[in-house]
Amino acid sequence: MTDVLIVAGGQGNPPSQNTLELLGAARRLADATQGRVKAAVLESAPTPLTAGLFGYGADQVFRAEHPLLNGYQGDVYVAALSQIAAQAAPQVILLADDSCGKEVAPRLAHRLNAGLVTEVLAVEGDGPAVLFRRQMYGGRTIATLAAQRFPVVATVKPRTMTPASELAGRTGEEIAVALTLEASLVRTKVVQKVAEEVRGVKLENARVVVSGGRGLKGPEPFKQLEELAQILRGAVGASRAATDAGWVPASWQVGQTGKTVSPDLYIAVGISGATQHLAGMTGSKTIVAINTDPDAPIFKVAHLGIVGDYKAILPKLLEKCRDLTQG
Amino acid sequence: MHTIVCIKQIIDPEIPADQFKLDASTKRQVRGGLSLVISAYDQNALEVALQLREKVGGKVTALCLGESGAMGAIKTALGMAVDEGVLVSDPPLLESDPFGVVHILAKAIQKIGVPDLVLTGCVSGDTGDKVMGPLIAEELGLPCVTFVSKVEVKDGKALVRRIVEDGYELVEAAFPLVVSIISDDSNVPRYSKLKDIMVAAKKQVPTWKTADLGLDGERVGAGAARLQMRDVSIPERDSKCEILDGETPEERAERLALRLRELKVI
Repeated sequence: MTDVLIVAGGQGNPPSQNTLELLGAARRLADATQGRVKAAVLESAPTPLTAGLFGYGADQVFRAEHPLLNGYQGDVYVAALSQIAAQAAPQVILLADDSCGKEVAPRLAHRLNAGLVTEVLAVEGDGPAVLFRRQMYGGRTIATLAAQRFPVVATVKPRTMTPASELAGRTGEEIAVALTLEASLVRTKVVQKVAEEVRGVKLENARVVVSGGRGLKGPEPFKQLEELAQILRGAVGASRAATDAGWVPASWQVGQTGKTVSPDLYIAVGISGATQHLAGMTGSKTIVAINTDPDAPIFKVAHLGIVGDYKAILPKLLEKCRDLTQG
Repeated sequence: MHTIVCIKQIIDPEIPADQFKLDASTKRQVRGGLSLVISAYDQNALEVALQLREKVGGKVTALCLGESGAMGAIKTALGMAVDEGVLVSDPPLLESDPFGVVHILAKAIQKIGVPDLVLTGCVSGDTGDKVMGPLIAEELGLPCVTFVSKVEVKDGKALVRRIVEDGYELVEAAFPLVVSIISDDSNVPRYSKLKDIMVAAKKQVPTWKTADLGLDGERVGAGAARLQMRDVSIPERDSKCEILDGETPEERAERLALRLRELKVI
């Protein structure tokens, strides 16, 4: 019997995409072993989230309400989740592998003296064992890891699990958790948040992604990529080389330390295909590479390629794509 | 301001695919004659520490757990003008899982003296783990901020720039503090100067072993691992790249567009 506790994010009903993916993974794992799906809700005031979690497959919601839970703060979250985990006593704890989950999961595992596995692509029960699959070596390998100790804390890579679907009228048991949290726990404080402006579709949700890399040699050519993305109703991404050079914002980065995308079409322009980049985009259905170097590793993962200078290729590609998509 | 930067020496992750081999029994990458590097983001962490020293003074220590050859990584860091280096090297320790590794690193940090700031790279270039910073923080009982590209000191506190999905946050925290470093245009690792490389070559670097650190034997080595590697495989890539030919770049571009339409992706 594998009881799974998911850490729910957002406030809404239906729950956020990441939360639905956690519920999907948790439901499948629990069902395979007659276990239960439990969800941890951390909030400072009631929201529709709890009802949403029941509707999408949670059996129990451990709801903690506290004034300190007004937005993410690592120290408070780790303390709150430690207390919820003690009460819910799950074998597996799933968090989304987002900027909050990445920070919380290791700390929570350490406090609970638990196992830890991150960026999980698949999780399954194998009798009493729980197996996790994740990439290693920048996506060159896929490892299967078995938990040797429970509970085990795992972060789930966004957009890899099938999300839970709604079962109309489904309900569950709500358990109010009385937390002991002191304001003195708080050791870090966000003093300013700066959001990059998103034009058009969000990168992680886009069906088409046009990315640029070192080969573009500057920020200017990204205007052409934006134009192509706009024609194809997609988003613009970049390799680490381009974000590190400051040509485009860090939030555009696709790869190990950026976003993971799996669009229907990924067009890599002037990107050589470092493992760190490939780790974020090889799940794309059709990959197109445009690069001057025929030996660039990007051609090893691409389905379609043009060997040549993007400067000579992009204008015509833009024109033709515009014709085809308007026709 | 004393900063300790935890660095890891790894096999160059950018080797061509045909040179990447796995050992069937250890399920690890075969080193062979491949070159070794400091994991990329650890280099950014070194750069952040050095820039901080330039602004507020103090010193920077590079700490590495690795094989005896990882002395090369320490020497590279010293060549970037880091002040001190410490190598922890004892073969059984290298089989430790991340919890074992942070136990070892925390003991080494305590032996050096807990500094104002501990930096790690945000991701290990081989295993892809992004857990070192938060785990070291827990082990030492210190606060932590992850995925930070810039560290400044303001009114005696740290003010750091944390990269998040849709932009960034400025986060304030008191020292001592653990921070994991992500790259951006402000922390591109510097090139070493010849004179620093010469100094580095002569610099004495202590190598510590298990007995030097007072480790809890239950927490380190292969036996303490909280996960077991059942299997590791190199995924088959089904893609054979279809190179679009044409007399001119324009012709190739046109073919690409038509092919994409044929495949119904545009």
